Amino acid sequence: MLAKRIVPCLDVKDGETVKGINFVNFRQAGDPVELGAEYSRQGADELVYLDITASHEGRKTFTDMVKRVAAEVSIPFTVGGGINELKDVDRLLNAGADKVSVNSAVIRNPQLINDISRNFGAQVCVVAIDAKYEGGEWICYLNGGRIPTDKKLFTWALEAQERGAGEILFTSMSHDGVKMGYANDALSHLADSLSIPVIASGGAGTKEHFRDAFLIGKADAALAASVFHFGEITIPDLKDYLSTQGVVVRK
Amino acid sequence: MKVAIIKYNAGNIYSVMHGLKRIGIEPIVTDDKSFILSADKVIFPGVGEASSTMAYLHEHKLDELIRDLKQPVLGICIGLQLMCKHSEEGNTECLGIFDAEVKRFQSQKISDKVPQMGWNTIHSLQTKLFTPEMENQYVYYVHSYYATCCSQTIAVTDYLQPFSAALNRDNFYATQFHPEKSGLLGESILRNFMNL
Repeated sequence: MLAKRIVPCLDVKDGETVKGINFVNFRQAGDPVELGAEYSRQGADELVYLDITASHEGRKTFTDMVKRVAAEVSIPFTVGGGINELKDVDRLLNAGADKVSVNSAVIRNPQLINDISRNFGAQVCVVAIDAKYEGGEWICYLNGGRIPTDKKLFTWALEAQERGAGEILFTSMSHDGVKMGYANDALSHLADSLSIPVIASGGAGTKEHFRDAFLIGKADAALAASVFHFGEITIPDLKDYLSTQGVVVRK
Repeated sequence: MKVAIIKYNAGNIYSVMHGLKRIGIEPIVTDDKSFILSADKVIFPGVGEASSTMAYLHEHKLDELIRDLKQPVLGICIGLQLMCKHSEEGNTECLGIFDAEVKRFQSQKISDKVPQMGWNTIHSLQTKLFTPEMENQYVYYVHSYYATCCSQTIAVTDYLQPFSAALNRDNFYATQFHPEKSGLLGESILRNFMNL
C-alpha cells in the first residue's frame, strides 16, 4: 500500500536553516544539507527546502545548496521560495530538485501552473497555499502570509488542480507555529474534493497531531519543521507510533 | 566501469547521475552513439511524456540504438514505459522490448489519487536486480501511467491494481520506481545492476 509521507521542511536564509514562529521571529536550526541528510537517514520520506532569502546573491547561494542536496540526499526533495517564472523552475530542476513549490507567483499569474505542468510534468508542480480562517471562510494569503487576497482555499485548490498542479501543500496560518494540531476539517474537505495528493502543513506539536492529519484530515503527507529541528519528535519514534495507530508508513 | 546515461528530452536525468555518484560510479550523460555502444552499462532514465520523448528518440535514431544494445540496460520510469509495446499516453508506439502495455491509472473514487506519488512496496521479486530481503520493502514512485503485468514482470507493486514495478528481457531491465530516489534500498538496486 502507498505509505503516508512524513516531510520535514527546512526554511533557508543565506545558507542557514531557520524556522518562523507564526511567520515572524526566527530561531536557528543548523546546516540545511547536513540536516536533510540526517532526516533521510532517520527515515523522512521527502524533504522541502524553502528559500526565504530576498536578495539576488541569496538566490545563488540557495541554488548552490540545491546542488549539494541533490548530490548527498537519496530521497526526493521539493524546493520553493522566490519562484516567479519558468526559468526559475528550470534553474532549480537543473540543480537537481525533484519538484518545485509555487505560491504567491501563481496567485498573481495562475497560468504559470499550466506552463510548469506542460513543460516539466504535473509531478513537478506543487502548489502551496497559505490560508487563514476568517469570518467563516479560508482566505488565501500572499508573500508568506502578509497580504490577503480575494481567493478562497477550496476554489483555488480546485483551480490549481485543473491547471495541472501535481500536489497541493496547504498551510493553515491559523494553526502554524502554535502546535495545537493541523487544520483537519479543511484538510478533509480538500482530500474529498481533489484527485491529487494533499500535504498538510501548520500545527504539528505532538505525534497524535500527525495521526489526526492522516486519519481525520485524510492528508497524503504531513509536513513539519520545528518539532523535528529541535528534536521534540524524532521520525523513527513518530513512525513507530503511527504504525500502531493504523497509519501505513515506510519503515 | 564505463556507464552511459542516455541524454534525450526527458527530465530527471541529473538525479540518476547523482544517485550513481553516491555508489561510487562516475557516469557520462551523453547522446553520442559510439560512446553508448561501447559502454559497459547503459541507463535510460527520465520523467516525461511518452509521445514527445518517443518522437525525439526516433528523430535522433536513438530508438534503433537502444533496441540493439547488447550490454545490460536499465530503464527508469518513462524509460520503462518507452521500452514497452505501446502507451496510452498520446497513443504512442514504443520500443517493443517488453510485451507489457502502458495504461493510465483509472481512479474509481476520489481517495484514489493519480499520480501515484510516494513510497510503495515491491513484491514477487525475480532476477539478480533484487535480493530476497527487498521483498515488501518500499521504493519511491511518481507516475500516472503503469505497465501491465506480463511474463517479463520481475517485481510487482499494487496501486489500484497490480502492475509491473520492474521488467526484464535478456539484457534489458527496467523499473517504474526511482531507485535513485529510494534511499538505501534504491542504492542497493543500482549496485546490483552494476554487478550484472
